[in-house]
Amino acid sequence: MRKKGLYGVLLLALLAAPWLGVYPLFMMKVLCYALFAAAFNLLIGYTGLLSFGHAAFLGMAGYTTGYVLQTVGLSPELGVAAGVLASLALGLVIGVLAIRRQGIYFAMITLALAQLLYFVFLQAPFTQGEDGLQGIPRGKLFGLLDLSHDLALYYVIVVVMVLAFLFIVRVVNSPFGQILVALKENEPRAISLGYNTDRFKLLVFVLSAGLAGLAGSLKALVLGFETLGDAYWTTSGLVILMTLVGGMGTLLGPLVGAILVITLEDRLGDIGQFLTSVTGIAWFSSLGESVTIVIGLIFILCVLAFRRGIVGEITARLKPARA
Amino acid sequence: MEIFGIPLPAMLSQLLLGLVNGSFYAILSLGLAVIFGLLNVVNFSHGAMFMLGAMATWMGFAYFGIGYWPMLILSPFVVGVFGIVLERTLLRWIYKIDQLYGLLLTFGLTLVIEGVFRSIYGSSGQPYDVPELLAGATNLGFMYLPNYRAWVVLASLVVCFGTWYVIEKTKLGAYLRAGTENPRLVGAFGINVPLMVMLTYGFGVALAAFAGVLAAPVIQISPLMGQPMIITVFAVVVIGGMGSIMGSILTGLMLGVIEGLTRVFYPEASATVVFLIMVLVLLVRPAGLFGKER
Repeated sequence: MRKKGLYGVLLLALLAAPWLGVYPLFMMKVLCYALFAAAFNLLIGYTGLLSFGHAAFLGMAGYTTGYVLQTVGLSPELGVAAGVLASLALGLVIGVLAIRRQGIYFAMITLALAQLLYFVFLQAPFTQGEDGLQGIPRGKLFGLLDLSHDLALYYVIVVVMVLAFLFIVRVVNSPFGQILVALKENEPRAISLGYNTDRFKLLVFVLSAGLAGLAGSLKALVLGFETLGDAYWTTSGLVILMTLVGGMGTLLGPLVGAILVITLEDRLGDIGQFLTSVTGIAWFSSLGESVTIVIGLIFILCVLAFRRGIVGEITARLKPARA
Repeated sequence: MEIFGIPLPAMLSQLLLGLVNGSFYAILSLGLAVIFGLLNVVNFSHGAMFMLGAMATWMGFAYFGIGYWPMLILSPFVVGVFGIVLERTLLRWIYKIDQLYGLLLTFGLTLVIEGVFRSIYGSSGQPYDVPELLAGATNLGFMYLPNYRAWVVLASLVVCFGTWYVIEKTKLGAYLRAGTENPRLVGAFGINVPLMVMLTYGFGVALAAFAGVLAAPVIQISPLMGQPMIITVFAVVVIGGMGSIMGSILTGLMLGVIEGLTRVFYPEASATVVFLIMVLVLLVRPAGLFGKER
């Protein structure tokens, strides 16, 4: 009951956010990354697979959607669908290769394959190399709703996000989701129970790739550009951090993590200025240029002291009180 | 003389360049394998340590006027000590948990190390001259052999096979291998395993720094130079498997050569060929060329 209430409040907050002074554009970016992190979490949090190459799907979908909208000139829903299809296909290819090895090798293989794709994007003509795709048109949804207005697009994004979130909840709580958890906890046992674990791993990998692709397509639509940075391995690192900070294997963790990390990236300069004015230490004012250092430090801190993440930590604290 | 329409000297010089890169791959993947064997940590920061080795070499000259030869020893030593400090303060807390956290922790370390250097030196490259003793080239009759490149290959081979010899053929190596198999039992025999683990990490990153010193005169020294390196080395490790020292060395050298040859015949693919070979190996022999899956 309390959980349902929490989700209701969250939904209301999302709907009201633009009227409470939050920039819709910023909020949409956060939501896209939240979906990206939720897709990633489906692997690490519920199946125990660490993909270090999820940027590949974000970039693949973003470029596909950008190309379809800009050069082919289709409507936004078709552009997004094309992006999702492209990353599903890519997920199938990378997944088939990566699940051939276990554990830590899985991470290295996904990282290497994503890097391979990065080089392809770097050299292929349709991505326009270092410049990236600029000025991707938003167009009209189903030929009716003009998305060039930020608010209109915002509510479309919220609807898509809620649907995607419900889909993830459904997957996690389905028998399929239970098998995934069994895989995570004890793979040999799952095999001995007769499950073809490779098939489940591949399926969840493709699902995750498709959802990450949805995030990438929407992000390209929202921001109107797509650059190589999305496909670079630092983006794969960023999504790991979001999930880790928010809480791996929790439903709300990726959302919390995305809000924190994106806010941090956007506002680190301001935070630094503030710290300088409070403490009088001039070094803080250069904080804005050192995003990587701060992100690295948070990584180290999380791994050493804070592996359950924010949401995981809160749930763990609440549980004994209820029992 | 030509081979497939490519003049022989051009081909040989690319082959040598490939061998130079292959030497770096070999040293780095060797270090990764040694560290992984004993610590169960895939050291993402290996690329950053490679960068630190090269940076330290450059800084030694720029700030203290210390030349190449002293730095060849000094730089790996300094980086090795730095590694030991990291192992004692950070890494040792995560040995008992999932291997994935080791990768994530060293990934965070990489971001911090590279970020700090980038905020000081920017991302442009620093020049470093080939030491005088090895400047110039030797005329072999059929090609000009740049002395420095020959030295890189030679020094790498000596270090790689020296490491192989110590680990596979000496008493110390036997302790190490036993520690890899069963650290508790080795500890019960009175061997100080935590000390061994600490020194192994120091040695592993010192190897990476040694490769960095060798690389200083031949590639651009910049805070981000380790990034493409570590990802390629990961692919090398997937291809070769981390179970065998000799496997790491041979795979590294071989892939460097293949990369060099690709640069002759199809330059567009030279950045991706290692990854494509990884795909091929995964399809044909998933456990890797020398793999013993654990």
